[in-house]
Amino acid sequence: MTRILVFVDNDRGTLSPSALEALTPAYSLADSLDASLELATVGEGGRAALEPVGLGGYVISHPVLSDYAPEAYGDALAQLVSEEQFSVVISLGDDRGAEVMAHMAAVLDQPLVANVTEIADTEGPDGSWEVIRVRWGGSLLERARLRSDLKFLTIAPHTFPAPEPNGGAGPLTTFVPEIPDSLARTRVVERVKLAEGLTLATAPVVVSGGRGVGSAENFAILEELADLLGGVVGCSRVATNNGWRPHSDQVGQTGTRIAPDLYIACGISGAVQHWVGCMASKQILAINTDPEAPLVTKADYAVIGDLHEILAAVIAEIKARP
Amino acid sequence: MNILVCVKRVPAPGARIVLTDDSQGIDTRHLGFTTSPHEECAVEAAVQLKERHGGTTTVLTLGPPDAVEQLRYSVSVGADRVVLVPADSTEWDPQATASALVEAIKDLEGDSPFDLILFGNESADSGGYQVGIRVARALGRPVISGLKGIEIDGDQMVGRRETDEGFEVYRLPMPAIAAAKEGITLPRYPTLPGRLKSRRAEIHEVPAEMTPGGQEMVSLLKPAEEVTETVILGHGAEAAPGVVRLLEEVGLL
Ligand SMILES: Cc1cc2nc3c(=O)[nH]c(=O)nc-3n(C[C@H](O)[C@H](O)[C@H](O)COP(=O)(O)OP(=O)(O)OC[C@H]3O[C@@H](n4cnc5c(N)ncnc54)[C@H](O)[C@@H]3O)c2cc1C
Ligand SMILES: Nc1ncnc2c1ncn2[C@@H]1O[C@H](COP(=O)(O)O)[C@@H](O)[C@H]1O
Repeated sequence: MTRILVFVDNDRGTLSPSALEALTPAYSLADSLDASLELATVGEGGRAALEPVGLGGYVISHPVLSDYAPEAYGDALAQLVSEEQFSVVISLGDDRGAEVMAHMAAVLDQPLVANVTEIADTEGPDGSWEVIRVRWGGSLLERARLRSDLKFLTIAPHTFPAPEPNGGAGPLTTFVPEIPDSLARTRVVERVKLAEGLTLATAPVVVSGGRGVGSAENFAILEELADLLGGVVGCSRVATNNGWRPHSDQVGQTGTRIAPDLYIACGISGAVQHWVGCMASKQILAINTDPEAPLVTKADYAVIGDLHEILAAVIAEIKARP
Repeated sequence: MNILVCVKRVPAPGARIVLTDDSQGIDTRHLGFTTSPHEECAVEAAVQLKERHGGTTTVLTLGPPDAVEQLRYSVSVGADRVVLVPADSTEWDPQATASALVEAIKDLEGDSPFDLILFGNESADSGGYQVGIRVARALGRPVISGLKGIEIDGDQMVGRRETDEGFEVYRLPMPAIAAAKEGITLPRYPTLPGRLKSRRAEIHEVPAEMTPGGQEMVSLLKPAEEVTETVILGHGAEAAPGVVRLLEEVGLL
């Protein structure tokens, strides 16, 4: 029988909000292949968090795995896969999932298809599969053929909803891999917490500025509006590259992907690499001198004109409210 | 400190991506090309480390002859030596790319490994999130991804990466490898002397074999796009009351 393994990450016993997303396509795959489905996580701390999922599987334990250690995680997973003869391994393609799976695939010298959104065909020639995967951070998709006996995939984050836990406690067996102490060379040695507060990723409203803002100083008016609305300031890559804003403010393919209730894009044209970062917003308001700017035509609402003049008028109007 | 940075030449699409008629690529007839942003920041990080600790910065790309444009650009912002691994312009899968890079790196290193090899966290176009890790595994060197800060402490590379709460710190013995994310540095703009130097720069060529891996691109497709009817709230300052009404409806006021 085909055995499918899902790697689910936990961070010292805590699951991220998206941690279980890869289980959804894995359940469908197990159904269509009539295969067994098991999960693996690293560190005893993950046991309590993952037992409620109801799947059987493994908790991988070893002193070198006492904290996140990408090389050792990859080796450990590779050993589990080889010893238990799993032929499909799936993980979420978040930072750690992508990293651990790449290590595992490299150790076993197998291909790894990153950020899959659909497993389109599992009955291709010579046992090959066809999958759809993300390119360009989501602006484009690729139909790819996977030719290998072992099928390793990561699932694009935010593509599938996480399944409800089915309640039954799945028995999770402890698996102790052989790992040389030397692999502790890539383990977290220190954690630094920064001030908490509203962030780009969590704010209900983001007031974002691009080239049209014109200078670092001119962002003051965006800051003022963001403060009045209980949100934060974002920006395009042009603003970052010009040194007007820190990179942590950047929205887009190589910045942060956000989904606020309202995204206010001021003086941003709407290149695809920016759009993929803000398209999940519930509402988008574009402020631009150019009525043909792509972000204006894709937005729910737009105001045409000079952003400085418009933001000043909006702020005055808010302050004048009873 | 001798540092190597591996970069990829990619098109820079604007408002929309147009595919070729056979859906095998992006129609680049009207597009410029660039270096993936993560890698551009990695080049800047390498140049800054060299300025602080001495040594050389080498930039390498595997790509078509036109990729010399990106190599010359890297000289204009401080790279000392540039290397082209000639390839056709077909899609190389991650295993094929990694094994060719390993071959080229061994050739360049001889008996003296680079102290540090930097990659981008993921290539801008294909985004496989793995070439740097595969290269590190083949060379037997430690590697971390998501690098957002780097310092050298004796014979160790001290790397930082971001988490939801702040950052984590890693200490890798060198020779080491890391895959950087945009924001690790702010890339400088080329200076006039830099540009002149880049025009004269010698391009070293190192050949490598193409050994296909197990992943093959069949075709490209565009994600379904939502068509939106944009509501124009007005022009200039007169639109302010309409904007405030929207803010109230969304529940922000
Ligand atoms: C691989 C790759 C990854 C990338 N990743 C990102 C990313 O993560 N995030 C990102 O943002 N970009 C990214 N980019 C860059 C992207 O392609 C664009 O270059 C960038 O988004 C453009 O920024 P902009 O809209 O501020 O500037 P522009 O495209 O120059 O647009 C400026 C806009 O401001 C308007 N304007 C000018 N003056 C005013 C005024 N006074 N009032 C109102 N409107 C005005 C103009 O009409 C125009 O629409 C990436 C590029 C590549 C190649
Ligand atoms: N053709 C190439 N030439 C040089 N470096 C590359 C090439 N392709 C990928 N890389 C490097 O490998 C990193 C990861 O690529 P990928 O695994 O495709 O996401 C990129 O950010 C580059 O640093």
